[in-house]
Amino acid sequence: LKINSLDPRIDRAGLSAANPEFPLPEEGDQMETWEVFHIGVRGAHAVHVGSLHAPNAEVALLFAKEQYARRMKCVSLWVVRTSDISTIGGEEDSDIFETTTSKDYREARGYRVGGKITAFKRKNATSNE
Amino acid sequence: MNSTDAVRDLLYRMADDSLIIAHRNSEWTGIGPILEEDIAFSSIAQDKMGHAQALYEILHGLGEADPDTLAFTRDAAAFRCCHLVEYPIGDYSFSLIRNFLFNTAEHLRYSMLETSALDPLAKLSLKIRGEIKYHLFHSNTWIVQLGAKGNKESHDRMQSTLEEVYPLAFSIFEPSENEQELIDSGIFGGEHLLRERWIETVGKVLAEATLVPPSLDSIEPGYGGRKGHHTRYLQPMLDEMGEVFRIDPSAEW
Repeated sequence: LKINSLDPRIDRAGLSAANPEFPLPEEGDQMETWEVFHIGVRGAHAVHVGSLHAPNAEVALLFAKEQYARRMKCVSLWVVRTSDISTIGGEEDSDIFETTTSKDYREARGYRVGGKITAFKRKNATSNE
Repeated sequence: MNSTDAVRDLLYRMADDSLIIAHRNSEWTGIGPILEEDIAFSSIAQDKMGHAQALYEILHGLGEADPDTLAFTRDAAAFRCCHLVEYPIGDYSFSLIRNFLFNTAEHLRYSMLETSALDPLAKLSLKIRGEIKYHLFHSNTWIVQLGAKGNKESHDRMQSTLEEVYPLAFSIFEPSENEQELIDSGIFGGEHLLRERWIETVGKVLAEATLVPPSLDSIEPGYGGRKGHHTRYLQPMLDEMGEVFRIDPSAEW
């Protein structure tokens, strides 16, 4: 029994519907993963946009170009082997980032100066007229 | 023949080559060997379709029919593509090596045309330079990857497919009666010069890939495509490609 498709390319492949002998995955079938970083304009930070499978850095760049730079402006792409990325945190250790409430002053949001800046700008703008 | 006929002939050769190899490559869309490669190869096919469209637009400006009519309504005998681009996709090694041999010729041809006396062609050559650079990056990477950096199976398959496809590629450089006219008028440096450069450039990549092309003495180029004599594979492909268009040629897409 042949697979009967509306797509003539599938018909040409002559695939059998009755006996789809898919080979079992072997070691090495799955290529390693790479993380892709995208730079939209010169001087901007590289932003992580996703990952892909590739056998080495050159092929990873080859794939990254079409997968992650095809539909948006791009001046440069980086790829990094996923296993080369060191992390801290994750599911077990995310509490490492928790902090006591009395240390708000160490975070940028602890300084409430927005109102003062706005007032200064307004005053300055008026005096310039 | 006047110079406009020579120019038309050159443009039809290039446009038809791009359209047919674009369609052949697009036959892998959705059934490519791995997802990432499927996306890359499909995207390259789409680029080449765009090149064909741009060349048909130049022809349209010279008084020929509009691009869709040229692409979808002509019979094989009116096409000027070379035999290399007509063959079915084969296994992936066939498509990769065909694309490599074609891309290299295309890259060298457009490099020559960047200074063409035919202004729209010179402008187009500069405009698509980046796309062709990527196509070349793609094909060179795979040739070296599977030839020199893979395993024995990948090397042997690439070597045996190369022996099959390399001779077919000489159909690209079929001489034209108009050629001297194009050379004299500074429009295009000619198929012979292109062929010499191609042999050298292809040879360098193959050496890096540890692949050996057949000896030049053994090659009998399959000419005829540039005069409308095609392989038996072209007409069925054109029928399939234009099937939807011909249901309603006036439809807006």
